[in-house]
Amino acid sequence: MYSRTYKTLVSIPPLLWVGLFLLLPYGLMFAHSFWAVHDGVLVHQWNLHNYSTLFSKPVYVEVLLRTMRIAASVTLFSLLLGYPLAYYLSFHGGARKELLYQLVIVPLWVSYLVRGYAWKTILGSEGVLNGFLQYLHLTHEPVAFLLNSPFAVVLVLTHIYTPFVFLPIYAALEHLPRPLVEASHDLGASSAQTFLRVILPLSIPGLLAGATFAFVLSLGDFLAPLLVGGASGTMIANVVQSLFGAALDWPLGAAISVCILLVIISLLFLTERLEKRWSFK
Amino acid sequence: MVFQMSGTTSTRRARLLTIYAALVFIFIYFPVIVLILYSFNRDGVGGFPPRHLTLDWYRQLFADASIWDAVENSLIVAAGSVVLALILGLLAALALDRANFPGKALFRRLVLLPLILPGIITGLSLLMFAVFAGAQPSLFTVFLGHGTALISVATTELFAGLQKMDRAQEEASLDLGATPWQTFWRITLPNLKLSLIASGLLIFTLSMDEIAVTFFLIGRDNTLPLEIWGRLRRGITPEINAVSSLIFAVSVGLILIWYRVRTRGLGAEARELLERP
Repeated sequence: MYSRTYKTLVSIPPLLWVGLFLLLPYGLMFAHSFWAVHDGVLVHQWNLHNYSTLFSKPVYVEVLLRTMRIAASVTLFSLLLGYPLAYYLSFHGGARKELLYQLVIVPLWVSYLVRGYAWKTILGSEGVLNGFLQYLHLTHEPVAFLLNSPFAVVLVLTHIYTPFVFLPIYAALEHLPRPLVEASHDLGASSAQTFLRVILPLSIPGLLAGATFAFVLSLGDFLAPLLVGGASGTMIANVVQSLFGAALDWPLGAAISVCILLVIISLLFLTERLEKRWSFK
Repeated sequence: MVFQMSGTTSTRRARLLTIYAALVFIFIYFPVIVLILYSFNRDGVGGFPPRHLTLDWYRQLFADASIWDAVENSLIVAAGSVVLALILGLLAALALDRANFPGKALFRRLVLLPLILPGIITGLSLLMFAVFAGAQPSLFTVFLGHGTALISVATTELFAGLQKMDRAQEEASLDLGATPWQTFWRITLPNLKLSLIASGLLIFTLSMDEIAVTFFLIGRDNTLPLEIWGRLRRGITPEINAVSSLIFAVSVGLILIWYRVRTRGLGAEARELLERP
């Protein structure tokens, strides 16, 4: 139905653009990771030195492990908040379902920076929460661990990614055929059994999609740690950022980025497989 | 008897779930409410309870020239990104929907990559490309970065629109003698109106809000988020609460506009389908 010219005309511009402005930049990142810096100057000398530095210095491995821990905690907490919320809306939402759904979506449109900043004003040693605790005479000294800690990073990222995790789970629950739930009840299963053996398995693809999203985006976040993390909340992307900034070692920074990229891509590959395996039909 | 028991446990369970959901909603909205409340607080961003409500911070904000310069820069970048991303996203969606070419699967994954990857990776890759191409970081590089990264959003949305579209209309148009060009303007594009508006609004909001990619591509002139970011490092004042509250208000305003568009644009038939439980 569509002519050859039509197909060529619509394909060529995006192909060229994406090739030039996405494929080439990502390729440059990859190439940089095999280059080196001598006396502050980039040398196009292919070697694996950056990667061996990365795995031989404990500081990088340590930060990487901390980053994984933070990302895993964020994923877990977002699921613990997002799943019951999605379940509530889908099965008990009633007439307010659409309104409540929109209420979850609105924060997605609200600036990342605005939300991160709001938490900073709440958690600070002269912040709202400390003011509140002292007002109630629960504490006399400001509680310091609230801000500038891994806890603060996990809190802020959980706040940001809970709606993201909610979305695919809610979609999965909405598409779940209700007769299956009714059949389970009619055949004598308890509510808990129905949930564990019918609803939960059928919502796994949505759950996996949400979890992957939260994990991947937390893994590469450098803004929340800068905003509320302090020294103990430093994540791997902060190391990359400083290597590209003050430390001026682009090749090493690129090598870390490539590692982050590989972790993410293998994770996406894995969850895509799992989602297919668990999907209904 | 048995029924009664299971009835009470299930209502208790439903009540617990309702309370839990309410708590999650509070968690989601609590920071924004605090933020807005303290934008009216004379004594600064901390402390409890907020006392001496005032509009001074808003007055200070409206007199703050560098904030408004940053707003202007952000608006220019966002408007440019919407145009760039919509044009290329539309072409990419048409190509994915209708053409077959070698590397199509790779192309689809590549287009979507900026949506899935953390901003720092896309931002740094584009920085290296800018250095490689000899371009100075400026609002122009930021615009190219946003526009390119957000093609992903336009492509996803418009591809979904194309998949839902009724092909018979296009076929009829071509059969009745319209040129492919006429068919595109009179049939394809009007059919995609809602997807275009939806993705345009989304791209605009995301660009206005972007930090991770912008961070590495910015030159001397700041966008609004980068201006706020710079001030945060120097210490926090309720003026930042005031500007953040305004950003929040604008975001909510955009969502409301989108609703008006959506409910007006849909035919009665579609609306009925949507409202059916």
